Amino acid sequence: MILQLQNITMQFGGVTAIDDLSFNVNAGEIYGLIGPNGAGKTTLFNIITGNYTQTSGKVVFNNDEISGIKPNMIVEKGIARTFQNIRLFKSMNVLENVLIGFHNQAKYTYVESILRLPRHFFYEKTIKQDALNMLDKFGIADLAYSNATALSYGNQRKVEIARALATNPRLLLLDEPAAGMNPSETEDLSHIIKKVKDEYGLTVLLIEHDMKFVNNMCDKVLVLDYGEEIFEGKPSDAIVDEKVVAAYLGDFKHA
Amino acid sequence: MKIIKIILLAISILFIFFAQNNLDPYTVSILNNIAIFAILGLSYNLINGVAGQFSLEPNGFVAIGAYVTSLLLLPAATKVDMFALEDPAPIILALHSNFFVALLASGVVAAILAFILSIPVFRVRGDYLAIVTLGFGFIIRIFAMNSPKYTNGAMGLNDIPGTANLYWTGFITIVTFIIMLNIIYSKYGRAMKAVRDDEDAAIAMGISTFWIKTYAFMTSAFFEGIGGGLMASLLTTISPDQFTFLLTFQLLIIIVLGGLGSMSGTIIGAILVMGGTEWLRFLDQNMDIFGYNTGAHPGLRMVTFSILLIVLMLFARKGIFGNRELSDMIKRRSK
Repeated sequence: MILQLQNITMQFGGVTAIDDLSFNVNAGEIYGLIGPNGAGKTTLFNIITGNYTQTSGKVVFNNDEISGIKPNMIVEKGIARTFQNIRLFKSMNVLENVLIGFHNQAKYTYVESILRLPRHFFYEKTIKQDALNMLDKFGIADLAYSNATALSYGNQRKVEIARALATNPRLLLLDEPAAGMNPSETEDLSHIIKKVKDEYGLTVLLIEHDMKFVNNMCDKVLVLDYGEEIFEGKPSDAIVDEKVVAAYLGDFKHA
Repeated sequence: MKIIKIILLAISILFIFFAQNNLDPYTVSILNNIAIFAILGLSYNLINGVAGQFSLEPNGFVAIGAYVTSLLLLPAATKVDMFALEDPAPIILALHSNFFVALLASGVVAAILAFILSIPVFRVRGDYLAIVTLGFGFIIRIFAMNSPKYTNGAMGLNDIPGTANLYWTGFITIVTFIIMLNIIYSKYGRAMKAVRDDEDAAIAMGISTFWIKTYAFMTSAFFEGIGGGLMASLLTTISPDQFTFLLTFQLLIIIVLGGLGSMSGTIIGAILVMGGTEWLRFLDQNMDIFGYNTGAHPGLRMVTFSILLIVLMLFARKGIFGNRELSDMIKRRSK
């Protein structure tokens, strides 16, 4: 088990966004997190990445409790994320965006960069090559020098995932990776995610509304509704589960 | 590309030698002024433009630099004579050094203060940061005003040895410029821009945004301190009133005009703002237009200057250079 969530509760004032939720993600899995809007999926991401501190409960990553650690330290421990609304660095080109992901792998100091000592050049060269290789894996190496925000939506999403992978994670959190994409872009993206997952030995935890995408990608899904778990298991079983259908479409029988 | 850089560097150095030795003192004093405001603008642009932390404290750091340099340069006997309100503190009398060490000390003191300040300051973002840093500038000035033992209070310091000349100001401008570019084109500069563009996304990349902002802030303070020291030595007299918010405001005009985040732009901005206000001086005097004497209108200069600034900003919303450097623009052309 790479990620364990134990009795997580998150309250914002009087609102309980997540209510006593526990689940485990096994290494190498693609684990889906689904549920209607406002179910608490993104909140859960924010807890895992350390942006929120849960009211109670524990997050364990790699047998290491990570609750209460600063978000940037959690990234260093090996959890990377993408955002629901793509958040690339606007003033930079694609290559620079990916280079930001390699920030902690370029081990030269501030003074070394001011004085342009050899280590600066060595690491800059190394990470630039790594970044270009990364872009190549996503098939967007030719866009390296174009402005990140000038790209198509699908390509921007790829840059965002490439940037997250550059931090050298073991667990990748994808917040609605297929949102706003057309079917062929979605198809393309699912191939790439599977490819890099195998190549880097990643575990993927993803939030998605596109059920076809979830069905085709995920080994396991967890369905959330109002911060509570209503189903965990295979995606194909989820869509026929009574409670899940009720959560999405309303409860017809008792209406 | 490299050749262009070396040529530019050589031209600047030759110009400094030429100007110091051949131009009249008035022109040299304008050039000195431009150089100092370029140093201050460059460092202010690092924290404000590159790292995107809208802060309003440079007058504080410039004041610290000016006082440290002055107190280190003045001989003990002069200090005893000068301090009229209260006798100088023993430490003030004991410290003495040459100009180079004094400048370095100014920078280091300002940078240390910046570090201490960054701990509370970077807990807030955006507008709040501006207000907190603005307060710091006020505190420094009020401290200088009310500590006659250390600063001679409102009477200020005078007879500061005028060691600074165009060699000092010019070369320090060049060094500052190169260091700023070295920072920008490194992982630290990229991280600063990332913080500016989207702080949460930068954190999600594993960047410790507190340290990145602190680096930018300390570097900025270091060179502002040095700039303050140069300023003190050029003017040979300083008082707390010189370091009001107006100084910060002037720097803000320079960097916004040149382009937030662009170091080459800052140099141009400093030349336009500091040079411009001098070149337009004829407007304040009597003028003959087709034989008709307009009479003297003091203040016409500043009005004209403001209108020119407004016009410039209307046509170049992001400043003259945007957030690009000269080298980026040449590269784009040649592609």
